[in-house]
Amino acid sequence: MDAGTTLTIMDIRPFVPELTLLCAGLILILLDLIVKRKEIVAAVGVAGTIAALYATYKLFGYAQPQYAFFDMFVLDGYSSFFKLIFYLNLILTICISVKFMEIEKASCGEYYSLLIFATSGMMIMASAADLIVLYLGLELMALSTYILAGLTRKRHRSNEAALKYFFLGAFSSGFLLYGISLTFGLTGTTNIRDIAHAIYALNVMDSPILYLGMIFIVVAFGFKIALAPFHMWAPDVYEGAPTSITAFMSVGPKAAGFAVLGRVLFDAFGGMQVQWTSVLIPMAVLTMALGSIIALSQTNIKRMLAYSSIAHAGYMLLGVIAGTPEGLTSTANYLMIYTFMNIGAFAIVIMLRREGFRGENIEDFKGLSKSHPLAAALMLIFMFSLTGIPPTAGFVGKFYVFMELINSGYTYLAVIAVVFSAISAFFYLRIVMYMYMKDPGEEIVITTSPSMSIALAITCVMVLILGVFPSFLLNLVRYSILG
Amino acid sequence: MTVHQLIFIYFAIAMTGISLLVVTRRNPVHSVLFMLVLFVHIAALYLFLNAEFLAAVQIIVYAGAIMVLFLFVIMLLNLRREETEEKFHRQWPVSAGAVAVLAVFFIMIVSKIVVLPALGEYSIDAIRSEGSIMTVGKVLFTKYLLPFEIASIILLVAIIGAIVLAKKSTNS
Amino acid sequence: MVPLSWYIMLSAVMFSIGVFGFLARRNLIIMFISLELMLNSVNVSLVAFSHYLQSMNGQILVFFVITVAAAEAAIGLAILIAYYKNNPTIKVDEINLLKG
Repeated sequence: MDAGTTLTIMDIRPFVPELTLLCAGLILILLDLIVKRKEIVAAVGVAGTIAALYATYKLFGYAQPQYAFFDMFVLDGYSSFFKLIFYLNLILTICISVKFMEIEKASCGEYYSLLIFATSGMMIMASAADLIVLYLGLELMALSTYILAGLTRKRHRSNEAALKYFFLGAFSSGFLLYGISLTFGLTGTTNIRDIAHAIYALNVMDSPILYLGMIFIVVAFGFKIALAPFHMWAPDVYEGAPTSITAFMSVGPKAAGFAVLGRVLFDAFGGMQVQWTSVLIPMAVLTMALGSIIALSQTNIKRMLAYSSIAHAGYMLLGVIAGTPEGLTSTANYLMIYTFMNIGAFAIVIMLRREGFRGENIEDFKGLSKSHPLAAALMLIFMFSLTGIPPTAGFVGKFYVFMELINSGYTYLAVIAVVFSAISAFFYLRIVMYMYMKDPGEEIVITTSPSMSIALAITCVMVLILGVFPSFLLNLVRYSILG
Repeated sequence: MTVHQLIFIYFAIAMTGISLLVVTRRNPVHSVLFMLVLFVHIAALYLFLNAEFLAAVQIIVYAGAIMVLFLFVIMLLNLRREETEEKFHRQWPVSAGAVAVLAVFFIMIVSKIVVLPALGEYSIDAIRSEGSIMTVGKVLFTKYLLPFEIASIILLVAIIGAIVLAKKSTNS
Repeated sequence: MVPLSWYIMLSAVMFSIGVFGFLARRNLIIMFISLELMLNSVNVSLVAFSHYLQSMNGQILVFFVITVAAAEAAIGLAILIAYYKNNPTIKVDEINLLKG
């Protein structure tokens, strides 16, 4: 179904997953008025997400991309795979936050609907076929996330995190808009496919103005993904925001940013690959270096995981730099694996939180294996996976990214990445060392809930299964993106 | 020099000057008021560019709503102390220098811009025959229907967010 | 006739002034106003492109930018007030609880 000249009811079909999720968000707002127990609100949220997941599953499998709303919106395997990441991120975040938000005394129904609206924004970004839709999806995601970061408004740190996130996010969207404006001015269109055609037809591949527009767009998404040198907000915001939101925004906006970066750079600026690779390579090296080295000196685990997520963004970027669809596939694969291991790690951090005790210092993990061997074992698995030690999924993710990088002829970058990956082992294994080699300082009490157990079971099983049998996910992502 | 160009030069100089005033005033209220003057200039510029609808929206939404919101917040926060302190960061000359250098490159690059792509269907006559609002409305509710609906969700999120962040805490 | 490049240069100048204001000022409200200045400069360039290319896309995008700017102002100022309630300062260099 290609874009028609009129709007028909069939245009809605590719948009059904987003529509389902948006409806779920609206229902939650109303439900919150009637239902007092927040667990029910959360459960309805999960049910809505599963309904949207089902819609995506039913629409999946059309070999041809389906365009709708006058080429504004596209449903293809690429966006569907990223939507899968967003759904998982949303479900896992809801699962780990039910108990946590109660302890934080910020448990409200709007929390869940804002999570859903943010996820809808990500989905719209992944499916955007026009820069205008892209911008609006981005703002929907960003505005919801700013609020979520500041939701525990009695906490000074949360306010500060929201403030910093808001100001730097708004600053970066200014750059995105200027980039869109210059691209539009030079090519006469905002449609991503038409931009690519116009660049060839008008022969403006070497135009410095287009180069500038492209750089502005990359800078804006560099902010969203937290690539160095635009990463400085990430540690502060990740530390200050409520931990469940930190887990949510260390995966969701990053995945959405990569989805868009992949689409814009490959589809719209496909003819300028030499130019954008030359911008991305220094950024990737700097990101990996800063993330891995600064994380070594952190004492707060959320801050450490923030730097770790910066470093991981660097590894993911390598798949984009490879410049082939296979490279993009490896990035998507990595993002899916990263979702499981990162949210798993944050779930353990959340479990240490209880009334009157934050449990955010690395010191607090001392002797966890003595008092809570299961929690310590799970953290061990997630830390091994984040380091990239086989047989965990983290190894598989890194392996495929590096392989695609070498296939594209960037062997030196792969070597640099392996070196930084080895450096990163120090700070991940430091936590393992604290848990297993040190004696407990004070008694550790962990807070569990059924939903938390579900989330931990899913993440842990997936990290192990994908580590041992990577072919399932790999086939899925290949089928989605390469067709 | 045609009359058009002379008018543009007035606007360019005035808008640059006002922009500089906006970012250098000590008192935020003055900044907001200069911003309002700037908005009127921008709206007038839109009229020259055949965007009557946007000129009206610029005044109604930006000047009438957003800047008034700013004024409310400034009044609410009661910022007496700020007026006696340093305006800029200590290292502001560094950022000023960096921005100036980058801005010169930026302006040099964009000064080369010319109209390259084929012209679209919305010529001055086409817009004039239908009227600016009609033209914008037709495009907005056909081709750009999807973004329009997404914008409604964004406004909903803004409403929810403002309430969630500002409401009195009722312990649940 | 005024050349297109004049408009774009004007918008680039305003954008740069906005970036300067954002980076150099200490007052959060004025930083926020600088952000609005940046968005407005983009709008000027978009309307100019729209006029010279005789395309509607630019004007439509400006319409959406204004909408989003309104939403952004509401949320940003709500966050600012929530912050100010806990800690009465809006000096950006005094906001330093999170660092290290």
